[in-house]
Amino acid sequence: MGKRTIIPFGPQHPVLPEPIHLDLVLEDETVVEAIPSIGYIHRGLEKLCEIKDFNQMVYVVERICGICSFGHGWGAVASMEGAMGVQVPERAEYLRTILHELGRVHSHLLWLGLLADGFGFESLFNHCWRIRETVLDLFEKNTGGRVVFSICKVGGMRKDISNENLKEMQEVMNGLKAEIKEVTDVFINDASVKNRMTGVGVLTKEEAEELCAVGPMARASGVPQDIRMTDNHGVYGKLGFEPVLEEAGDCMARTVVRIREVFQSIDLISKAIDQIPDGPVDMKVPNKIEGEYITRMEQPRGEAFYYVKGGGTKFLKRMRVRTPTNMNIPAMVKTLAGADLADVPMLVLTIDPCISCTER
Amino acid sequence: MSAYVTKSPWVVHYDGSSCNGCDIEVLACLTPMYDVERFGIINCGNPKHADVFLVTGSVNEQNKGIVKQIYEQMPEPKVVVAIGICACSGGIFKDCYNVLGGVDQVIPVDAYVPGCAARPEAIIDAVVKGLGVLQAKREAMLNKVEKVEEVEEVVEDAVEEPAEEVAEEVKSEGGEE
Repeated sequence: MGKRTIIPFGPQHPVLPEPIHLDLVLEDETVVEAIPSIGYIHRGLEKLCEIKDFNQMVYVVERICGICSFGHGWGAVASMEGAMGVQVPERAEYLRTILHELGRVHSHLLWLGLLADGFGFESLFNHCWRIRETVLDLFEKNTGGRVVFSICKVGGMRKDISNENLKEMQEVMNGLKAEIKEVTDVFINDASVKNRMTGVGVLTKEEAEELCAVGPMARASGVPQDIRMTDNHGVYGKLGFEPVLEEAGDCMARTVVRIREVFQSIDLISKAIDQIPDGPVDMKVPNKIEGEYITRMEQPRGEAFYYVKGGGTKFLKRMRVRTPTNMNIPAMVKTLAGADLADVPMLVLTIDPCISCTER
Repeated sequence: MSAYVTKSPWVVHYDGSSCNGCDIEVLACLTPMYDVERFGIINCGNPKHADVFLVTGSVNEQNKGIVKQIYEQMPEPKVVVAIGICACSGGIFKDCYNVLGGVDQVIPVDAYVPGCAARPEAIIDAVVKGLGVLQAKREAMLNKVEKVEEVEEVVEDAVEEPAEEVAEEVKSEGGEE
C-alpha cells in the first residue's frame, strides 16, 4: 500500500463550469475515495419562492438552472396547476412538450461539447456548440430568450407559437440531424475518444438501482427509468415514447444514451408538431393555491421532483425541488473510487453535473 | 510585462452563484458563432495566466474567499468583469438569505454587464471595454503612478476610448483622425 495523498479538486477547475469541491484521496495514481463538498452556489431559492406570489414565482423557479430553465418552470407550474385542480388546454401541453424536448437537444449538445473539452478535443467542443446555436436561434425566434424564456405560466403559455413557426422549427430540426450525426459519429467511432471512455467508470445495474441514480446515468446502466414513460405529464403518451437504454454502464454508454436521446427528441418534436391541435393556449386560473401537490419531470439530467404546498392565498407555504444531480452524486462518488486520477474529470463530467440545480 | 497584453488577453471564468445561464453564455462567446478568439481572447483555467476575470453570479459567505483568492492570484494589471445582473447587484436573488450582493462587495469591478442572462454580444462588448481599462492600468504601472486616485482617473479617461475604436472597426470606414 502506497502513501495516501489528498488532492483537492475544484471549486475553480478548468473542466468545471461550476464550483464543486472534491477531496480525492489517492494511493499513487489511483483514487481510493472521493469526498464531495458542495455549497458554493447555494442561494436560498426555495425560501424566495415563499415571498413571491405564484405568478412571480415562475421567474424565480426558471432560474434554478439556466440550462434546463424551461423544464424547471414547467415542473413548478404543473405542480401549482395540480394543486389548483386545473387542466390546461391541449395546445399548451403540446407547446410545452416541444419546448422541453428542444431544451433537451440544447442541453445534451452543450454537454457533449463540455465532454469533448474535458478530454481535450477542442474542435469537437466548438462543433457541438456551433450546432447548438441553431437551437438557441429557434428559441429566440419563438420565445424571445436564448437561455431563460419565461414563457410558461400557471394556466398555460404566455404566448402562442404560430403553426408556420412550428413547421419551420420542424424543418430546421430535421435538417440539423445530418449535422449532428456527423459530430456524434466522432464520439462513437473515434479511437482516441473510445480509449478515454470505454470501460471507464463502470456502474452496474444493481449499483445504479441501489444508489438511486437517475436519468441518463441510470439508463446507461440498463435501468429503464424515465419519467416521460411512467408519469402522465405533457403529451408523451400520445407520442409513443420509449426510453433509450444502454447496458455497459461506462462513460461511453452514458455518452451514447445522450446522443441517442438527441435524435429521439428531434423525432418527438417532429411528431408533436404534426399532431398539435389548434385552440387556446391560456386559461383563467383561481387566484389562490390550496393543498399540496407533487410533480415529477424528466429533465435532461434525470428525474426532478417539485413539491408545492399552498395556504389558501397567492403565496406558497412551501416549495421544494429535488434535482437530478443531487441524486447522481452518490453514483459519481462510487465510480470515482478505484479510478485513475487522469480519469476524474471524465467521471465528474459524465454525470452531467448541474451544481446550481443541486444547491439552488 | 509585454506591450501586447491587450492584443491577447486571457480570461479566467468563475461561477459565483449564478444559475448557469450566464456561464453558458460566457462559454458561447468562445465558440464559432461569437468567436472571441478573433480578439486574441482565450479561456484559461489558471488564474495566474489570466488578465481578465469574468465573474458570474453573486457572492456569498462560502465563495467570497475563493473569488478573492482567484483575484489575488492574477498578475497585475488585471480587469474584473461582472457578468449578469446577479454579479452586478444580486438581481432576482437579492432578497435571498445566502446572497451578499454584487461581486463588487468583495473585489473591485471594472465593467458591469447587466442582463438575465447576459447576452454574448454584451459580454464581448464589456470585455473589449475592459481591455481599454487594462491598457490604462498597464500605462499607469509603467509610469509608476502611485496614488490610487490618479490610477482611477487614467482608467476613467480610457474607458470611453476602446468603444470608439471598435465602432470604427465595425463601420470599417476609418478616416476619422
